Amino acid sequence: MNTQSNAMSESHLESQVAAPVVISGTRRMYWSLRRELWEYRSIYIAPLAAASLFLFGFLISTIHLPAKMRSLSALDSAQQREAIVMPYDMAAGLIMLTALIVGVFYTLDALHGERRDRSILFWKSLPVSDLTTVLSKASIPLLVLPLLAFTFTVALQFIMLLLSTAVLLGSGLHVATLWTRLSFVQMSLLLLYHLLTVHSLWYAPFYGWLLLVSGWARRAAFLWAALPLLAIAIVEKIAFNTSYFTAMLQHRLGGAAEAVVAPGTLPMDPMTHVTPGHFLSNPGLWLGLAIFAAFLAAAVRLRRYQGPI
Amino acid sequence: MACIEARGLRKTFGPTVALDGINLRVEEGRILGLIGPNGAGKTTALNAILGLTPYQGELRVLGRDPWTERDRLVQDVCFISDVAVLPRWIRVSQVLDYVAGVHPRFDRAKADSFLAKTTINRARKVRELSKGMVTQLHLALVMAIDARLLVLDEPTLGLDILYRKQFYDSLLNDYFDRSRTILVTTHQVEEIQHVLTDVMFIDRGRIVFECSMEELESRYLEVVVHPEQLAAARALKPMHERQGFGRSILLFDLKLAHLNRKQLVAFGEVHTPNIADLFVAVLADTPGDKSGHQAGQVPANHEGAPR
Repeated sequence: MNTQSNAMSESHLESQVAAPVVISGTRRMYWSLRRELWEYRSIYIAPLAAASLFLFGFLISTIHLPAKMRSLSALDSAQQREAIVMPYDMAAGLIMLTALIVGVFYTLDALHGERRDRSILFWKSLPVSDLTTVLSKASIPLLVLPLLAFTFTVALQFIMLLLSTAVLLGSGLHVATLWTRLSFVQMSLLLLYHLLTVHSLWYAPFYGWLLLVSGWARRAAFLWAALPLLAIAIVEKIAFNTSYFTAMLQHRLGGAAEAVVAPGTLPMDPMTHVTPGHFLSNPGLWLGLAIFAAFLAAAVRLRRYQGPI
Repeated sequence: MACIEARGLRKTFGPTVALDGINLRVEEGRILGLIGPNGAGKTTALNAILGLTPYQGELRVLGRDPWTERDRLVQDVCFISDVAVLPRWIRVSQVLDYVAGVHPRFDRAKADSFLAKTTINRARKVRELSKGMVTQLHLALVMAIDARLLVLDEPTLGLDILYRKQFYDSLLNDYFDRSRTILVTTHQVEEIQHVLTDVMFIDRGRIVFECSMEELESRYLEVVVHPEQLAAARALKPMHERQGFGRSILLFDLKLAHLNRKQLVAFGEVHTPNIADLFVAVLADTPGDKSGHQAGQVPANHEGAPR
């Protein structure tokens, strides 16, 4: 017993003499993000499943591809492009929609789940600040999901392109029309731009609100997230017979495409005039980001006081 | 330097007073048992010490204010509680990676060697482990962290006796040294009596009793009194009287009653009281409406007639 405790205190002294390991904020953030990906595997599984599902459907549709390409030769180049690009846009749309849904449900549970399963005190017993935790949780819908959606979409679209090429070559057709009408790199860059501007920066206040509700609500976080918005809209309508709040929400949800690209064009259209200057000088963007920051600060503060539920 | 120092520590939840002006001082290298009935304020006190809840009054843990300096304090403090459970979805290997990733004082090799002595499979998720294994895992994590204060809040609740014994044995043999401090609360008082260096009773948000184990052994004595000598023994003002083995067992505070051991040996068999009996005696003599107890002061009304 005595020798044992002596050995213990010696090794204790040694470890004190050794230079203390300094753990950077980046490393804490990295592990916090890994924790989220371990806990919520749907973050990558759901977009991956959507991509696989789409690929399966596309695989079957390639039966008609040679016939479709033959019929295209009668059309002009704009119509050709539209017909060729359509499945690629649909693929991007499906994966983005999946990522949005996952993002909403993830954010609503992010600060709720750790209180519900009482693990919050375990997390709080480790040297990771509330700020780091909340920031890591906010960056899932704002960074991780858009980047995952981008990666999966580009991979899916590339496989689709290779498959189409193989099918066309196999049936003795030229692939020139397909490759010239589909500008792959431009399409991918536009997708990235769309994801980072609309899905990340423009929708940020929504995710901030969901995160705050998730940290505050004891149960039924979804209702607490939706009902106050509805209540404000109804009260405004009854009291002043106006609907500015509803219009504001609609603008935030649907007006994003207008804000990032010139009006009247589809976000995925290669002809789109991308207008980052216009987007960045939009006061609505900065107001939204300020609101997002306020929601986040409130969520950090809330987590300090919160225990298990 | 004191590891924990509190002056006038107070915490209320609405009209409920959870901590009613606590003064305490825990020196480094002690193992303090904080004993109290349910709702006495134990967990609130621990939460204040861990910086999990704001409070009124003065509190210093390792020289820091736990509420405002929590982010720095947390590197030196570890915490196991029946409430602070490991997340059920996490794998054993993942939780090891995570703690190694974020904690500057975590020694992965130490945790690995401790886990090697158990039957815990690294590929398992926490939800697939038994409760005893989860506690072993948590203990392995905590013992591998070179912390200066370890707080245990009912750490062995719901474990069978083998796991409980193993838990405290590991803690004493493989973890504790004189530079660390351990603060533990539990209802299984008898099992940790030999582990503690100090004991403190808390009731209704106040500290009603505190002493070191050495003092407890020299100062308090229980006598299984021969029936014919009961009246004479009662005249010496015992703190408390209870029945056991068909005899009356009287508990004396030698210092307060100005007695010595020899005087009591004449009445019957004497032994050191266990903490549970002392606890019952102290609390039985502490009416709720009397509010004269200060920290570090043994309740003054020991003279109360034995029941």
